[in-house]
Amino acid sequence: MADYPDNLLYTKDHEWVRVDGTSATVGITHFAQAELGDIVYVELPKVGEKLAQNDSFGSVESVKAVSEIFMPISGAIEKVNEALNDSPEHVNNDPYGEGWMITLKIENPSEIDALMSAAEYEDFLSENRN
Amino acid sequence: MRYIPNSAEERAKMLAEMGVQSIEDFFTSIPAHLRLDKPLNLPPAYAESELIKFFKNLAARNIDPNSSTSFLGAGVYNHFRPVIIDTLISRSEFYTTYTPYQPEIAQGTLQAIFEFQSMICFLTGMEVANASMYDGSTALAEAVLMANRINRRKKVAISQALHPEYRQVLETYLKSTGMTLETIAFGTSGQTALDSLDINDQTTAVIIQSPNFFGSIEDLELAAEKAHKAGALLISVTTEPISWGLLRSPGDCGADIVVAEGQAFGIAPSYGGPYLGIFASRAQYQRQMPGRLIGQAQDTYGNRGFVITLATREQHIRREKASSNICTNQGLFMLMATVYLSTMGRRGLQEVALQNLQKAAYAAQAISSLEGYSLLFSAPRFNEFVVKTPRPAAEIVKSLTSHNIVAGLPLSNYYPDMTNALLVCVTEQNTRAEIDALVALLQ
Amino acid sequence: MSNDNSRIKKVRTHISQNESLIFERSRSGAVGYKLPKIDVPTTEVNELVNSKYLRTDDLANMPELAEPDVVRHFTRLSTWNYGTDTGMFPLGSCTMKYNPKINELVARLEGFATAHPLLPEESAQGCLEVIYLAEQLLAEITGMAAVTLQPAAGAHGEMTGIMMIRALLACRGDARKKVLIPDSAHGTNPATAAICGYTVEGIRSNERGLTDLAELEKRMDDSVAALMLTNPNTVGLFEENIEKICKLMHERGGLVYMDGANMNALCAVARPGDMGVDVMHMNLHKTMSTPHGGGGPGAGPVAVTKELAPYLPSPMVIKQDGKFVLDYNRPQSIGRIRAFYGNFGVVLRAVCYMLTLGSEGLRENTETAVLNANYIAHHLRDIYEIPYEGKIMHEVIFSDKRQKKYGITNGDIAKRLIDYGFHPPTMSFPLIVPGSLMVEPTESEGREEMDLFIDAMKSIDKEAQENPEMLKHAPHTTRVGRFDEVAAARNPVLRWQATKSEEK
Repeated sequence: MADYPDNLLYTKDHEWVRVDGTSATVGITHFAQAELGDIVYVELPKVGEKLAQNDSFGSVESVKAVSEIFMPISGAIEKVNEALNDSPEHVNNDPYGEGWMITLKIENPSEIDALMSAAEYEDFLSENRN
Repeated sequence: MRYIPNSAEERAKMLAEMGVQSIEDFFTSIPAHLRLDKPLNLPPAYAESELIKFFKNLAARNIDPNSSTSFLGAGVYNHFRPVIIDTLISRSEFYTTYTPYQPEIAQGTLQAIFEFQSMICFLTGMEVANASMYDGSTALAEAVLMANRINRRKKVAISQALHPEYRQVLETYLKSTGMTLETIAFGTSGQTALDSLDINDQTTAVIIQSPNFFGSIEDLELAAEKAHKAGALLISVTTEPISWGLLRSPGDCGADIVVAEGQAFGIAPSYGGPYLGIFASRAQYQRQMPGRLIGQAQDTYGNRGFVITLATREQHIRREKASSNICTNQGLFMLMATVYLSTMGRRGLQEVALQNLQKAAYAAQAISSLEGYSLLFSAPRFNEFVVKTPRPAAEIVKSLTSHNIVAGLPLSNYYPDMTNALLVCVTEQNTRAEIDALVALLQ
Repeated sequence: MSNDNSRIKKVRTHISQNESLIFERSRSGAVGYKLPKIDVPTTEVNELVNSKYLRTDDLANMPELAEPDVVRHFTRLSTWNYGTDTGMFPLGSCTMKYNPKINELVARLEGFATAHPLLPEESAQGCLEVIYLAEQLLAEITGMAAVTLQPAAGAHGEMTGIMMIRALLACRGDARKKVLIPDSAHGTNPATAAICGYTVEGIRSNERGLTDLAELEKRMDDSVAALMLTNPNTVGLFEENIEKICKLMHERGGLVYMDGANMNALCAVARPGDMGVDVMHMNLHKTMSTPHGGGGPGAGPVAVTKELAPYLPSPMVIKQDGKFVLDYNRPQSIGRIRAFYGNFGVVLRAVCYMLTLGSEGLRENTETAVLNANYIAHHLRDIYEIPYEGKIMHEVIFSDKRQKKYGITNGDIAKRLIDYGFHPPTMSFPLIVPGSLMVEPTESEGREEMDLFIDAMKSIDKEAQENPEMLKHAPHTTRVGRFDEVAAARNPVLRWQATKSEEK
């Protein structure tokens, strides 16, 4: 496994994207959560907010670090994961499941093509590790 | 030099052992022409006995506190400071330590801050209080920046009865933010004229001081109601927090952010500082708050203790995106206030507040019954009031100073039109004999 | 516990008292105060203040204690702390030097302590003279033209300085958008620039840990208002090209702000004013020995060139016909940045210190501070990595690079130092040194204490090799162990609340 599931797409800022028809679900990758360590707070946008690709849509905080999270593709926010308010640890324990952050309405499907596959993302990680 | 443990001899030995020719060798990265080749033009070093004489002489050029009486308030108050405050804050483990970044060896500071935060919550009726800001005026400026972070609006409605220096500080802080101030005038009662309040969906916050600069108690509840109707926050300001011993708390009245000057809680006037900025808000806004927050935590053995928490708001982590650039709290002065509040305690705070109220009422009554004098405002007050004087207040203050009485503050210092208005403050420290002497001289 | 503490020479553990929260110690009816009997005729409270303005909670939850209990409570808390009077406090860039006791006495002299800031000027000549004198002394030490004492702390001073730069540029009709800040800077620098409405751009340091002139050359254009520079910088090195840097900035219409956090390396040896700096702040609680007080109060006076002097905050103290007066007539001033005149009590302590030392004493301080840092570097450089080799000034920056191979971080080393009887060094910055340990001994440490520190650091390195697991759980001898900061941040408890049974 599946540190990086094949059915997802990835960004260089370590977000993952699951495309589901006209919507997409977004979270941060296993690598990102491990780098941050224990996450204590997730700041999420308001439903309905329209954001462009690479805009910051929120942030994740550990005790001594904070990291912004960016829109992998443009769109309007459809849902945010309210459960993270009380249980930010979902992002650590289950980054691709309970740790999801937002779903968005895809505005420009062509932006999806530029995202990385799981294999490409893993290559990207190992390149940057060296 | 008596503060350097390594003697010149020892230093020479250290240099030799390190194989360094001369101390100058350590400074060669400073270009030679930038290194001073002569001493600074400073007074020659004083001996300890000379220092004491020198500073006693200077202090004597101020009015003698033992033979004079003061009725000055206006943001700084003359309250009795229990002796144990200085005893306890002079424990060097408190005053020679740093910000408690290492909780294992800073539990003393951390627990004291937690107790301070808790007491401020009780007194203000709020849910979260930080470890303190520089002073009341800068705490207000930070409160306005916080309101803007919460609702992104740009207009601030500000009472004309707010301490004028607080307003000046706020104006300076807001210069580069694009935020603007709109003044709410005060009425004949001395309260802010809330019926003239004209705010809308551009207003980030309404700022009301209570008791206000004229000593009048404001209707904070009404202010909160009006602010909330427009979706704005109410920021309440208090420069005389001893009033909280008696008056309804700002939180109970609906304030969203409470700022105050904590000097009245056992801190000496000391010609303007250091003081203590009190800052409290609602739990829902805690992540937007500036300054340091201390939280309860458990150690590996299950012991209760305290740590700096929610630090990601702060400058050392978030840098240019921090909620404020503030790096200090007023650690030792926060401790003074905590010791003061603990010593006075529940009943002492009530009693001291009551004494202030009664003595000021007595003085107001006595002065206003003098020929030519009256009270300028009708609203209820705590320990300050404005007297309408038969001649310019500045002249009165000047002539009474020669009798070693500082009669109060001429309001014309801040409100040029109000030449015949004197702001008088009476605390538990002013005896009836002092009040009577003031009254006699005013006649 | 499997750790062996036989190498620890400086400390032994002793009994430390437990102490509840003050609220838990509260006993109904106990009092710790006594006020004089009220000597004026009284009126019913309701007649003076409408009851809708009165408190109804009877201040429940505020503590009730007798005086001895208050004294014991805070005395016990104090014993859980570590201060500079306890031992060496090598916290880099914080300059934890000795806090002279005479300063405390002077600040508490009745004539100063009771002085109300709104006294008529003729009744406050002593205070005004102290302010005037402090400004003169600091102007001479920094080599600048004028000084304000209004800023309450270093970060407040930074804000004042950047606001003045903004005002000057506006006056020149050349408003600019950006402030350049080296990547080694303290976090307050970018936070300050942002608060003053500027965009922050980082400047990379070169391989020697200094500001990269070529990079600056490239980045400095007519959109840049200022460069904020710490000198000596946060890796402890003097910016040798400071004059070239200032010249470049000035030629292209920008200004240079110097963060004076590290002035303890320069006092009476060199002056920022002679280097071309336009504006700087000093931390009186660092260089000028005023106590840190567990987080404050400090004071952050700002010194400027003649060109910037008209923009200093209002009011200023001036001398007129032999009297000191407050001058409010300053049309170009940025305004007021704090009520009244700053942290007067802190300024008073600093003046006392400057007069105690004089020029020679200040120089001896600086030289000893630099010698001490070099002494520690000399004895530890074979064991701990020094990432930026150069002329070490008042502090030395190590990293945990060599200990990392045993899985040990700077945090573990720091926590273990506590067991050895020392306060840990600074670790939170500079960001360009991963795993940094910034050690600033100051002139106040004697060789004996420093030797114990050196021994402790060597011993911890051995422990990292022999028993890394033990280090990861240090400290072992303190009254509390490591805290679960994650749980504290996930569910913040920021105040005490009465449980049902404690409610009054």
